[in-house]
Amino acid sequence: MRLRSWFLAPARVWLWALFIAPLAIVLAYSFLTRGVYGGVELPWAGENYARLFDPLYGRIFLRSFVMALTATALCLLFAFPAALFITRAEKRKNLFLQLVILPFWTSFLVRTYAWLFLLRDTGLINSALQAAGVIREPLPLLYNNFAVLLGLVYGYLPFMVLPIYAALERLDPALTEAAADLGARPLATVFRVLVPLARPGIVAGSVLVFIPCLGAYLTPDLLGGGRTVLVGNLVQNQFTTARDWPFGSAVSVALMVLTGLLVWIFLRKESEQLG
Amino acid sequence: MAVLELRNLVKEYPGHRAVDGVSLTVPQGAFFSLLGPSGCGKTTTLRMIAGFETPTSGEVLLQGQMVNHRKPYERNVSTVFQSYALFPHLTARENVEFGPRRQGMTGIEKRVKDALDLVGLTGKESRRPAQLSGGERQRVALARSLVLQPDVLLLDEPLAALDPKLRKQMRFELKALQQRAGITFLLVTHDQEESLSMSDQVAVMNGGRLEQVGSPEDVYLRPASAFVAGFLGAVNWIGGIGVRPEAVRIVRCGDARSGDGCRGVVTGSVFLGECIQVLVRLSSGEDAVARVERQAAGFQRGEEVYLSWSATDEMKFS
Repeated sequence: MRLRSWFLAPARVWLWALFIAPLAIVLAYSFLTRGVYGGVELPWAGENYARLFDPLYGRIFLRSFVMALTATALCLLFAFPAALFITRAEKRKNLFLQLVILPFWTSFLVRTYAWLFLLRDTGLINSALQAAGVIREPLPLLYNNFAVLLGLVYGYLPFMVLPIYAALERLDPALTEAAADLGARPLATVFRVLVPLARPGIVAGSVLVFIPCLGAYLTPDLLGGGRTVLVGNLVQNQFTTARDWPFGSAVSVALMVLTGLLVWIFLRKESEQLG
Repeated sequence: MAVLELRNLVKEYPGHRAVDGVSLTVPQGAFFSLLGPSGCGKTTTLRMIAGFETPTSGEVLLQGQMVNHRKPYERNVSTVFQSYALFPHLTARENVEFGPRRQGMTGIEKRVKDALDLVGLTGKESRRPAQLSGGERQRVALARSLVLQPDVLLLDEPLAALDPKLRKQMRFELKALQQRAGITFLLVTHDQEESLSMSDQVAVMNGGRLEQVGSPEDVYLRPASAFVAGFLGAVNWIGGIGVRPEAVRIVRCGDARSGDGCRGVVTGSVFLGECIQVLVRLSSGEDAVARVERQAAGFQRGEEVYLSWSATDEMKFS
């Protein structure tokens, strides 16, 4: 017993000092009053949460939710065929897996900036299309919902590919053959056999993509250009420009509770399905 | 009429010829088996018939039609996989319904019920594969294929995953099932007892080629090659002639009937339950085995004996 607690000590210290404690501070701040020069002051107050019910913020939450859901759906749409392709790649399987995680070799920030250079009016895509004579005026590729969605799908796609790959890889290859043998054409095999059996991977991938997308701040900030304000940007704004730490904390706590609730409902529905 | 015909079928992989010119004809309603050691090309042959592999050359004909380039879902054959490959997310009934639904058959409910009755799974239709025993899973796999009324049912080592006792019992059931269903069965196995006990015809394969095709009696009693003789059962090689242990008569020197045959010395005996194997070192230096009944008086090590056999039991190969 003593040995076991020693082994657990580093993780325990780490989680308490760097996760639980800051979380407690955020929770405490959310019930305090805004300081005159930033920071927080007494007395305790609940009005920060009351402000959340302003339709202005409701719209931001709803927009974030729709954006995260769309990004998750698009990731699933792209990731499933990709994962299936990799499981069938035989000798080049490892190469393709390396390619899926290749983006992680560079910082997320740098990669998001790279999209700026591709998408802006004088960027690679618009210049090329103009040079080819396809368009005269540059396409509005940047600073809109499309750009944010693109950035999110691009950034979180590997988190969808890998769990689905793991789920498909585990399946007996004879299952696909059996389906074909019984008369199922390729699409029927995918939707009647592979998708249902890859379900645990699809669920895991969806959670892994949906949660960070719901709280995303860097992508909407850079690629949305401030026009597409999501919850993550709202939090950042409150802590920096608006200097309203208590309200920023309240938004954070609300986001956490909302995310937890959505994921819990989703997973519960899933386990009922499997049961 | 031949339901299935293979003409000079060849399958090559880089640096390796798995199937090397196999030609055979399977008559309608037969229980036909492909027998051979692992790596002899029997499973590859089966997979070319099912459509999972494309032949390098040669032809696969079903009901007289060349089907080389037809996809598995375009051929009226069905496979019972070694692993059964049941869909784990579907119940037994849903597994059986899968094929008829994909092929848009009519009267699916009755067909599925009949198939489940045929294999004796009534009452367990709503269970998932994980809730069924090994034998029951195999029945689901059989029903799932039989419900499609295939021209040929392909069985890839169907009994290998069962425990030995159930395996022997299933041989009889499989044979009875084939006769009830009236469907042509093509069985792939490396177990010669399994093949002999169930099949009307046995094709013995080795190194990608057919060694012999014939009835179980033909291949066991009149093997076409030393390989077939050895693969189907134990053989004593005495002076270049093969004799099966159960065909060998053994008598003690000095007995009334002694005096003819090969002289030798008993080197040991093995009790096998239903019979006793007596090991003999012949005066020629060759070792031989005689199978005798349990009631026969025990042969002791060191006893001098004569071995003899009928000329009709001799197997000669050039």
